[in-house]
Amino acid sequence: MIRLTDLAVAAEPVDGGQRVLTISLFVVFVLATLVITIKASRNNATAADFYSGGRSLTGPQNGVAIGGDYMSAASFLGIAGIIALSGYDGFLYSIGFLVAWLVALLLVAELLRNSGKYTMADVLAFRMKQRPVRVAAGISTITVSIFYLLAQMVGAGALVTLLLGVTSDTAKNITIVAVGALMIFYVTVGGMKGTTWVQIIKAVLLMTGTTLVTILVMIKFGGSVSALLGEAAAQSGKGDAFLNPGLKYGTEAQGIAGKLDLISLGIALVLGTAGLPHILTRFYTVPDAKAARKSVLWAIGIIGSFYLMTICLGFGAAALVGPAAIKAQNPAGNTAAPQLAEAIGQEFFGDLGGTVLLAVIAAVAFATILAVVAGLTLASSSSFAHDIYASVIKRGQADEKSEVRVARIAAFAIGGVAIVLSIYAQKLNVAFLVALAFAVAASGNLPAILYSLFWKRFNTAGAVSAIYGGLVSSIVLVIFSPVVSGKVTPGVDGAPDVSASLFGLGTDFSYFPLENPGLVSIPFGFFCGWLGTVLSKEHNAEKYAEMEVRSLTGAGSEKAVSH
Amino acid sequence: MSSTGERSDTYAGGGSTYAEVQATDEFQGLKRTLRRFVFPATAVFLGWYLLYVLLTAYARDFMSTKLLGEINIAYVLGLLQFISTFVIAFVYSRYAEKHFDPTADAIRHRLEGTEPAGGADQTRTTARKDASR
Repeated sequence: MIRLTDLAVAAEPVDGGQRVLTISLFVVFVLATLVITIKASRNNATAADFYSGGRSLTGPQNGVAIGGDYMSAASFLGIAGIIALSGYDGFLYSIGFLVAWLVALLLVAELLRNSGKYTMADVLAFRMKQRPVRVAAGISTITVSIFYLLAQMVGAGALVTLLLGVTSDTAKNITIVAVGALMIFYVTVGGMKGTTWVQIIKAVLLMTGTTLVTILVMIKFGGSVSALLGEAAAQSGKGDAFLNPGLKYGTEAQGIAGKLDLISLGIALVLGTAGLPHILTRFYTVPDAKAARKSVLWAIGIIGSFYLMTICLGFGAAALVGPAAIKAQNPAGNTAAPQLAEAIGQEFFGDLGGTVLLAVIAAVAFATILAVVAGLTLASSSSFAHDIYASVIKRGQADEKSEVRVARIAAFAIGGVAIVLSIYAQKLNVAFLVALAFAVAASGNLPAILYSLFWKRFNTAGAVSAIYGGLVSSIVLVIFSPVVSGKVTPGVDGAPDVSASLFGLGTDFSYFPLENPGLVSIPFGFFCGWLGTVLSKEHNAEKYAEMEVRSLTGAGSEKAVSH
Repeated sequence: MSSTGERSDTYAGGGSTYAEVQATDEFQGLKRTLRRFVFPATAVFLGWYLLYVLLTAYARDFMSTKLLGEINIAYVLGLLQFISTFVIAFVYSRYAEKHFDPTADAIRHRLEGTEPAGGADQTRTTARKDASR
């Protein structure tokens, strides 16, 4: 049988050798990315270079970079953790995160590449009044990106404790500042090209590490998924229920609201991806729509393989590490994947093997955070400079040089704000911010994008209503949800109850029963877009003709830059 | 489509407006070609995904039925979600290459006043590759 007790002991204290190795591997990654970023900065003169890497990436390159931009630490560590502790239910994330790419492939990527230039707002404002639409799109872009950014950076602070065994607040703060400083460097110096290469390298590392662990787990179980599931169920202490839906989401105890919450989450996952600004701007980095299509195909291949492997990571951790040892390290299960790496490494290559594999996976996790936060900072600072500064403040009169300078300053500002907020938010459970970012993207951005690409009648009032309607409804619903107040985890064995919400016990204004607002806010966003449109008479037939012809054929679309 | 040949003169050098292009049968056909595929495909995959989510929420006994050893229907349906995603993506890219791209390219070249199809396309690609270095 599995030496559960041995593993539990081994996993407890982080030993010095592993710490040194993790840090060394991470330093190598950082040095390599810094060199590449500096090299990329030589071709970073124009706005097209800074915002979209000169549009000269190939489809496969961009596809890998999309994978690096998209597969966040939340999905790598989080999904593995949910599966390891709650079994089947974590799988729902894996499926939603992948299927979502069909929305991007079929409805968004190519048309967006042809009609836009640098930001999401370029497409939304194409046939509308520039200022109101760009302000709305800019606010939405920056809000979504900062939510996502905070979740990742607070995660980095927590990760350093778990993976390096340092618990002091100072160490966490230093980590957050270091992550923030690096991401600002990648973005301001390397622009889109530098950020892209950080993401490509990270994607390759993440896939390599995950594949290695998956192969070892499968060898261990003689290639039988059934044997893996059986052992996981046995070790989980929950028996067959561990393999069935319903342990975590929509449990019978949660009643009707629980089931609706599950559906709400499922919908936000599948519709949010194609409205995430840091994903959308990646479609501008290729020369034409065909390359954009190809990059999504590559992304689907990579992201699909990755999320299939999360099953192995999660159930492997449940089977080989066991829930007790995982919970001892981190109650949410976020260390399940690194702990599995250590256990499986030990199993095959002895103690040294365990240490090395743990160090590798830990370094990959840090790399993952860096690549994602860089993408988010780039998307939000680009939107500030291009949509708010150039189009709104300067009324379209800003020259490209000053626009890029503002983008760099914005990256410093947004990065700085993210660092400060993350340090203050450290004690809070901010994991819900990722789900909120997806909900806002699905409720505000996606309706605006789809209407503007496919609905002739759509106009300025419609675009503005869709974005603000989706954005405000998602945020307001979350504020009045159990995420923020009123959710109580009952104390076990006479221990006092603890609050499972942002606010402590005793505060309860959770008037909306669902933790995920999507079920209400997504239809509401689409409705607002429709209502705003029909209430306004505005229609620009000439610009619509231009947009339609351009989006479908690519005639007049932005060309690649030659250096 | 005999009219295409005649109209190509007006396109040359990018002389015609977007509105004129939009009004042509050729462009309207192109638009239909795209929508005929992506709208039904979206309905299918969203419906199929929603079915999976609804079964996960409301048909737990059914989902928990074991099929192969410890593998139950929920995993098989989950795996089928992955497979259907890969298949729809692949079929779409083949469809677009065959039915959409040639017409889209032809219209684009005429509008931009660049040489249409074949050889010209080759040169463009090479030029782009050089540009990216």
